[in-house]
Amino acid sequence: MKPRTKRLVMVVAALATAGVAAAMIVNAFNSNLVFFFTPSQIAADEAPRNRNFRIGGLVETGSVHREGTTVHFQVTDTAKSVPVTFVGILPDLFREGKGVVAQGRLESDGVFHASEVLAKHDENYMPPEAAEALKRAKGGQPDSTNTLVTARSRTSSPALAGSNSSGSTSQ
Amino acid sequence: MIPEIGNFALMVAAAVALILGTLPIVGAARGNVRWMALARPAARVMFLLVVIAASCLVSSFLHDDFSVLYVATNSTHALPFFYKLAAFWGGHEGSMLLWLLILSFWMFAVSVFSQHLPREMIARILGVMGLIALGFLLFILLTSDPFDRLLPAVADGNDLNPLLQDPGMVAHPPMLYMGYVGFSVAFSFAIAALLGGNLDATWARWSRPWTTVAWTFLTIGICLGSAWAYYTLGWGGWWFWDPVENASFMPWLAGTALMHSLAVTEKRSGFKVWTVLLAIFAFSLSLLGTFLVRSGVLTSVHAFASDPRRGVFILLFLGIVIGGSLALYAWRAPKVGLGERFELVSRETMLLVNNVLFLTAAAAVLLGTLYPLVMVALGWGQISVGPPYFNVVFPMLMTPALFLMGIGPLARWRKADLPEIAQRLKWAAAVAVVVAVATPLIQGRWSFLVAGAILVATWIAASTFVNLWSRLRPTEGGKLGAKFAALPRGYLGMLVAHLGVAAFITGVTLVKGYEVEKDVQMDVGDTVSVGPYTAKFVGTSEGTGPNYLYLRGQFEMLRGDKLVRTMFPEKRKFVSKDEPMTDAAIAPGIAGDLYVSLGEPVSQTAWVVRVYYKPFVDWIWGGCLLMAAGGALALSDRRYRLAQRRSIETEAVGASVSA
Repeated sequence: MKPRTKRLVMVVAALATAGVAAAMIVNAFNSNLVFFFTPSQIAADEAPRNRNFRIGGLVETGSVHREGTTVHFQVTDTAKSVPVTFVGILPDLFREGKGVVAQGRLESDGVFHASEVLAKHDENYMPPEAAEALKRAKGGQPDSTNTLVTARSRTSSPALAGSNSSGSTSQ
Repeated sequence: MIPEIGNFALMVAAAVALILGTLPIVGAARGNVRWMALARPAARVMFLLVVIAASCLVSSFLHDDFSVLYVATNSTHALPFFYKLAAFWGGHEGSMLLWLLILSFWMFAVSVFSQHLPREMIARILGVMGLIALGFLLFILLTSDPFDRLLPAVADGNDLNPLLQDPGMVAHPPMLYMGYVGFSVAFSFAIAALLGGNLDATWARWSRPWTTVAWTFLTIGICLGSAWAYYTLGWGGWWFWDPVENASFMPWLAGTALMHSLAVTEKRSGFKVWTVLLAIFAFSLSLLGTFLVRSGVLTSVHAFASDPRRGVFILLFLGIVIGGSLALYAWRAPKVGLGERFELVSRETMLLVNNVLFLTAAAAVLLGTLYPLVMVALGWGQISVGPPYFNVVFPMLMTPALFLMGIGPLARWRKADLPEIAQRLKWAAAVAVVVAVATPLIQGRWSFLVAGAILVATWIAASTFVNLWSRLRPTEGGKLGAKFAALPRGYLGMLVAHLGVAAFITGVTLVKGYEVEKDVQMDVGDTVSVGPYTAKFVGTSEGTGPNYLYLRGQFEMLRGDKLVRTMFPEKRKFVSKDEPMTDAAIAPGIAGDLYVSLGEPVSQTAWVVRVYYKPFVDWIWGGCLLMAAGGALALSDRRYRLAQRRSIETEAVGASVSA
């Protein structure tokens, strides 16, 4: 091969490889995006069937009951609620009245079968998706930056709360 | 008083950083020797000042000074001594101070170990590092002062996040930051070379050990973080493609590419422009990692910070550093000459392919990490990118790179001969195929994925040994041991690191393919089988730890009828917090771990229990440590010690030429 043809082969091969790789990445990316829906959206039948998605809100007080390793509970955004079942061990911070995010499928019986319940690691921390769901149900504009801040301010010690949560006072 | 001294030290350090970031660089451009000579002493003074500030914070923690907000937020009287030390970096402000401390440590190290560098070069390198330090000092002083007072003081602090009260967490952040910030040295070398226009093989030889040492620390840091997640988070995973993990992984990918590219620049003076770009990428991704973790944009374990001003500051800083260095690159890089030519089939080509693949992988991770954030920021809705995306894309991109890992080190520079390589590697290929087929059959369940991954791992390991043997065997004379001892450490380091990759792949594959995970309800006396073992629930007991109450389960692990091990998983409740914590019991072993943790009580005596068998899981971290050991071995190469002497000579020659 002449040096010139060789260089051409090299460039074409490189471009072809890059193209195939990019196509595969984008394809994998698209099929693994997980969308988020609030209980109200699910009640309005906006959520897809046969596809994984996430729901968020509060664990309704008094709704948790266990049968061996299966757990049933309701996730609410204060307007509507969705029944959820999960098989396995829930994260340490899962509690009634606290924020929760679950990933799974909505089955034809109208129950959300969670494959994963997400754990967050601060007792006062509210997952942003859950905060978003509550906010939307109240009719406010979804504004994740603010919900993030609200969710994160620590209030466990009154003396600390005043000075530490400079973010929440700025809202 | 002590916090004020710390604060004052930081202010003086900012002034010193300003001098360091300006005068030496200007001096280098104008040939002003006095200004250039400021670089070394200024860097050392800055290191001293930051050490003073850090000591003040440590002292506040050890004295339980709860009039300091940061101490009150992250410590208590009852916190054990080592965790009081670790609480230094348990929150945002302290982490930033740690970042700065490590940066100034690297500056100090550069000022000590660079006696052989031309004075323009050292002035520029330390100047650039001084500018970075100035940015971080301003960030700390303006938005995240760890010495802020809390008046009136509280009687007792808020305690360190219980998840961070763990030996692994004491070491993880410093190691990770040594790596992150270590790339600032390679970055500063690159910027200095762009400013001076003297990119050559000597430059690569200087910056190579600094890159290797940063990479080694980063590898250890990521490894510790992953191990911590495995034994602390309580569900037995070791990598979640969490944005925070990705934030440390992207600089690692870019840094790995950089190390390989530097090899070409040093040996063949090729890829120069590319190497400089990679150095910029590696440090930019480190900064981006800091931004992701520390600005509060992430919704994950590590995002303690929640102040929008901080986010804006870091974003601005990021923009200046990345934008500025890329602009400089665009302006100066074309002036840098090309290296020696090479053929299509050559070690250069293979390293280039490795580089492109690593960088593509970093880009794919970046896409999956940033896309959801951008969506939220633009108000386009809440989405997340699941681990399946990464689990599909990453192995796909890495497989060709891993295949080349077997061939590349045997290929010649400039022009390699494929049939010759094939001849040398035929036995390695045969061994790889046999092991790949045998492994799933021995494990008792056939899987093409397992076979494929084991094929790749064995291929790397076998070809590494072929490579080693080819150095030891030919030409008669000399004992094997003596020949082995004479091999360059840099070469051995590469072999060890590549073996680490093989071990890592083995661990990942076998644990993915053959782990047994059972979440079951167990009453006292019940048994459950996991893999080759049977777990028997004996009962529970209660007790108190230093700053928590615990409920401890007792499990007997049987193999056949023989008792192998008794395990004690705990549920802990920390006194100062409302949250419970699960402490899993893990019995590690070379062939696999047993993992037991308590879930929820379902009756007086019965519990939902998690019992796992994780075959070969420790090979994952063992592999990472081997990679790091390879880096450390390469650093001990004698040519770096010789280089010192040699470049003093060249400097003398260079000085007489320029005069």
